[in-house]
Amino acid sequence: MQTKATPPPLAQKLLTNFLRTDLVEEVHGDLEEKFHSDLKRTSILKAKLQYWYQAINYLRPFAIRKSTRHTNGYDMFQNYFKIGWRNILRTRGYSLINIGGLAIGMTVTMLIGLWIDDELSYDKYHENYSNLAQVMQNQTLNGITETEYSIPRPLEFALRTTYANDFKYLSMASWTHDHVISIGEKSITKSGNFFQSDFPEMISLRMIKGTRQNLKDPTSILLSASTAAALFGNAEPMNQSLSIGNRLDVKVTGVYEDLPYTTTFRDLDFIGSWELYASSESWVKNSTDNWGNNSFQLFVQTSPNSDMKSVSEKIKRVKYDNSKKEQPYNPEIFLHAMPDWHLKSSWKGGKNIGGRIQMVWMFGVIGTFVLLLACINFMNLSTARSEKRAKEVGIRMTMGSVRTQLINQFLSESSLVVMLAFIVAASLVALMLPWFNNLADKRIAVEWSNPFFWIISFSFILFTSLLAGSYPALYLSSFQPVKVLKGTFKMGRFTSLPRKAMVVVQFAVSISLIIGTIIVYQQIQFSKNRPVGYNREGVLMIQMRTPKFYGKFDLLRNELRNSGAVEEMSESSGPITGVWSNNSGFSWQGKDPNLQEEFATIWITHEYGKTFNWQIIAGRDISREFSTDSSAMLLNETALNYSGIKDPIGKEIKFDGRKLHIVGIVKDMIMGSPYKPVKQTVYILNYENVNWINLKLNPGKSTSESLSKVESIFKKQIPSTPFDYKFVDQEYSKKFDSEERVGKLASVFAVLAILISCLGLFGLASFVAEQRTKEIGIRKVLGASVATLWKMLSKDFVILVLLACVVSIPLAYYVLNNWLRSYEYHTEISWWIFVASVLGAVLITLFTVSYQAIRAALMNPVNSLKSE
Amino acid sequence: MIETKLGEFEEVILLLTGILGEEAYAFKIADEFESQTKRSVSIGAVHSSLTRLEEKGFLKSEMGKSTAERGGRRKRIYTLTAYGKKTLAAARDFRQSLWDQYPGFATSKLYVGFS
Repeated sequence: MQTKATPPPLAQKLLTNFLRTDLVEEVHGDLEEKFHSDLKRTSILKAKLQYWYQAINYLRPFAIRKSTRHTNGYDMFQNYFKIGWRNILRTRGYSLINIGGLAIGMTVTMLIGLWIDDELSYDKYHENYSNLAQVMQNQTLNGITETEYSIPRPLEFALRTTYANDFKYLSMASWTHDHVISIGEKSITKSGNFFQSDFPEMISLRMIKGTRQNLKDPTSILLSASTAAALFGNAEPMNQSLSIGNRLDVKVTGVYEDLPYTTTFRDLDFIGSWELYASSESWVKNSTDNWGNNSFQLFVQTSPNSDMKSVSEKIKRVKYDNSKKEQPYNPEIFLHAMPDWHLKSSWKGGKNIGGRIQMVWMFGVIGTFVLLLACINFMNLSTARSEKRAKEVGIRMTMGSVRTQLINQFLSESSLVVMLAFIVAASLVALMLPWFNNLADKRIAVEWSNPFFWIISFSFILFTSLLAGSYPALYLSSFQPVKVLKGTFKMGRFTSLPRKAMVVVQFAVSISLIIGTIIVYQQIQFSKNRPVGYNREGVLMIQMRTPKFYGKFDLLRNELRNSGAVEEMSESSGPITGVWSNNSGFSWQGKDPNLQEEFATIWITHEYGKTFNWQIIAGRDISREFSTDSSAMLLNETALNYSGIKDPIGKEIKFDGRKLHIVGIVKDMIMGSPYKPVKQTVYILNYENVNWINLKLNPGKSTSESLSKVESIFKKQIPSTPFDYKFVDQEYSKKFDSEERVGKLASVFAVLAILISCLGLFGLASFVAEQRTKEIGIRKVLGASVATLWKMLSKDFVILVLLACVVSIPLAYYVLNNWLRSYEYHTEISWWIFVASVLGAVLITLFTVSYQAIRAALMNPVNSLKSE
Repeated sequence: MIETKLGEFEEVILLLTGILGEEAYAFKIADEFESQTKRSVSIGAVHSSLTRLEEKGFLKSEMGKSTAERGGRRKRIYTLTAYGKKTLAAARDFRQSLWDQYPGFATSKLYVGFS
């Protein structure tokens, strides 16, 4: 049976549908010929399948007909970009202002974004981040609730036994500070701390050598990779014997990866065993049952199924219930969760009041505003120049553009500009990052290869394009083509109103930032100028880190003084730039029975006062000439008022089972925060309870010379111990670091904000001058002078800036007044700051605008009037 | 470096076009390709290649005669241009020069082996 075989009609139809018209004939022909030739060799089915196969194989770019709808959309976008690009090139000046301004704005925003990201990433290195916490306590003294990181030793036992279900791990700890680590004759200073054996597991320490369990052996020490390298170089550190502070003998049982800069524990160069530490210090052993000795830290990891808040609530009364003696202080125990460690660590009245999180918010707001300023520039210049493009819009509309297409056009133009600005901004960020890291004390690196970074960047570009482009797009696309093309289209009186409003916003933000910066600096300067009460120049402090320092007071003092390098030497319990111990248990005649007294307590040797040149305002300094001075003490002014003792000299105060007598009153010395009032302080003569050596260098000799002499004496008397010293003036100025950092960052951002605003103003001024060329020409012909014209052109802008001042000054006053009040010792906001910033803003405006105004005013009217 | 400008597939297609002469159109070339190389190829792939080679100027084409088994449709006959021929020759010479430099198969040795 012979049927006429034909190719499958469906496949033929498909081919006809997608093939380019000029190819239809030959392709159909070829495939049919193929079909018939196949038929001779195989079955119909196979030939048909083969036909399908061949037809589908024609689905190639070269053969497919271009869809007309698709083509148009694509072409239009191509056209938008082309026109946009030509516009950028045609108006180079404006484009430069636009792209430059946006680039600066985006740079600031990106830097702030990186900074915020870094702040928020703190401690996330630890795997159990959300379950870790530090145990803290609130205590109330004289009606004032203080929050403390330090807790008493028995708290750990109570939590471990009574609340076993709520905690997975607990670890006691001392405080992280510098220790001398020595191997043989070699010794270095590294900061470290002592923890219980579960601690490495809790903070998911990444071990390079050994395991996290190795801390279970009390004589073991874990070293960070860099410490191991510093001690052993390339040699094997494991199982080496070391000593900590020349007292504790330990063996290296593990090396861990250095903790990153963005962790609270970043200073842990080594981790020792709590058991070893506790057994080596008799006072620690003695405080096992003492609920009153708040000298330790306790870290916990809650069980996976328990809620941090409810556990915190549960353990609130544990100290109160366990110790009757402590009940008058109403101790409240609570958990401070790790995610809050870095950002929320300020306390007031027993409540968390934030902390760095406020800075994060503040910089976030600044970043957004700076970006907004740059976007406003873009909006202003695009709408201001809209008259020039009105004809284009009209033509496009009569050619059939619908409004959405025009909106698309202007949005794609803005995204083109934003893209260019982003490229500039990204390179600027890469260039400025080292400088920024230095300024902000960060170690941020941009992860260029991270896809997530690009997603964020892309959304950032998109967001900025929309922010900057939406208003011009909506505005320009709203023109009526008939009016535009007929030539009767004129901008109304009020079209420039939004533009003016935006200039006001720009300057309001900039002026607020400038006022803010000035006041931050004033506050820093004010606190720096505060009378300190002691001499900081040329005074050294040396911490006595090993037992070798002790019992050598007279030996060292004589030798140092005889060398001529040192004028005076003394020892004290703490550094002069910090208060290390506060004590209660003082009693005296006439003491208010309701007073729960507490004094900062400093134990000193005879020449402490002479070393620091303190000022005695009543009585006398401790003297070697009076043998009765072995029980001598001095009060500072605040302590005198606090105690309420009248006629203090010679009065007795009982403390620690001893009778002390007051020999003098010292002028207040700033030892703690320079922003807070000086604390009531007592200075007690004691040669046992000392940890620091204070040296006053001979002012007649060069510091470097004296230092080398001092070092050689120390090396001789206290061998194989690193000679680590601190200058008092440097330590003191560290107290201002964080405020100065904020001040510097804020001033950089303020300057950039004003720069962006000025760029915009410059653009607008040149636009206005250009627009009013004819008017200026006629005015000149009629006799206007350059000065009058300059005044006329500048006036409008100055008025806007003055308006911005009116808006920003009350706002800045309100915010900054609140900020200043968070410092107990603060400057007052004086009126001249506002006058100065108004004057400054007006001057900058005049300077920016005048260039264009004077240029326009100087133009020859013949040129501007000739062409019509 | 001498650019042959030709991929292996393109070179074969060009040669087949030359070989087939008057009969060089997409289906015949694909057919010849399959029978000579024992590799299957779709007419679409060959056609795409031919179009590209024409764009590059190695080939020119015009519509030829129609036959009954094509349903009365005409075919597009491809012919090599002078430039195409030159390129093919250059490709061959280049390859030959490479072979000549290749020590494992020095031509002299080959001659010795075969004579």
